[in-house]
Amino acid sequence: MTDADAPQLRAEALEALLIEKGLLTSDLVDKVITRYSERVGPMNGAKLVARAWREPEFRKALLEDATSVVTEYGFEGGEVQKLVVVENTPEVHNAVVCTLCSCYPWAVLGLPPRWYKDPAYRSRIVSEPREVLREMGVSLREEMEVRVWDSSAEVRYMVLPMPPEGSENLSLEELQSLVTRDSMIGVETL
Amino acid sequence: MDGIHDLGGKPGYGRVDRTGEDEVFHKRWEASVFVMNGVGKAAGGWYHTDQFRHAVERIDAQAYLKHGYYGRWLGGIETLLVEAGIVTSEEIEKELLARGGSLDDLVAARPSNKPEPLGPNPSKDGARRDLPNSPAFVAGDMVRTAGQPVPGHTRLPAYARDKTGQVICHHGGWVFPDTAAHGQGEQPKHLYTVRFSSETLWNKPGFSVSLDLFEPYLSPEVNND
Repeated sequence: MTDADAPQLRAEALEALLIEKGLLTSDLVDKVITRYSERVGPMNGAKLVARAWREPEFRKALLEDATSVVTEYGFEGGEVQKLVVVENTPEVHNAVVCTLCSCYPWAVLGLPPRWYKDPAYRSRIVSEPREVLREMGVSLREEMEVRVWDSSAEVRYMVLPMPPEGSENLSLEELQSLVTRDSMIGVETL
Repeated sequence: MDGIHDLGGKPGYGRVDRTGEDEVFHKRWEASVFVMNGVGKAAGGWYHTDQFRHAVERIDAQAYLKHGYYGRWLGGIETLLVEAGIVTSEEIEKELLARGGSLDDLVAARPSNKPEPLGPNPSKDGARRDLPNSPAFVAGDMVRTAGQPVPGHTRLPAYARDKTGQVICHHGGWVFPDTAAHGQGEQPKHLYTVRFSSETLWNKPGFSVSLDLFEPYLSPEVNND
């Protein structure tokens, strides 16, 4: 297990020095917490997914050029200079990773969950994706094609999951509420 | 560089642990580290994105595994701020002791005595750049990745070295991290998504892995059949 709070005092020491030198203010930290807790998160990606389920033209635009779509929406958060949306189908399942660091499309999914940044997921999803997905609760038929996307440059990836069964008559808002962060990383099916 | 960060396919890290997965910041200090990186890059202009990623690769390998994501970031930020002369290690230690910390604790930062130059400032925001030259490859081409490790920063993971894959997409020109991380300028290159079969990568069936790779990592695959 990692000792996640080992660097806490050193971080606070460096923060105090930067504040003392006039390079940082404490309220900036509070603003960032608010921004990434309340305004930037998977609820933005969920808007795109729900609309893609409902509107074939939008789905097509999202799969062809997600960067333009997300630019139009104007979500905060960054990390979508080039966004590629990959589609799950009955034949193909997609999953996203960054093995070298922890690249992730912040503007549509928020900041990544801890497991996405930890060595277990980063090391294994590219070499034994079916096993990792099974452990995380996704069982795939043997004949399904699995595609893993390792975000090794500035391109960011998001999965368009398949809609859950029985969701055909739901409103757009109801559909949005069904879309999870994990389904857009590709480690959950709905 | 073949560092601890290059995790793809490395054995021994066990099952995915979902503890704390719904906390955006686990503690306030993590948000503080997030903000300090913004200050170092944008507000202060003391380093660029690729230099930051490389600084995280250069931190103490044990700390890389033990200190978590924001601990790694802290190691990278401290490394670069000390190298840039914004703070000194002595100032940090003094402040740490004043807070009841110990100098015996594992420190992630590894500032160099002879830091590399910052290099030219980015020519514009983001990393996309127009290129005058045409791409060497088009979708459908078979390519082979470079086979040798490099000592500095690179975005070709070790598991995808010396492998044959198929170009599935061209993404235009982008800042080349291998030079930008070392103060050698943007030197933009064509970027491609290249798909590799699991047979090629791991000698087992059933899946593919696609990576985004810069043109200098790739050469045309010679078909001897």
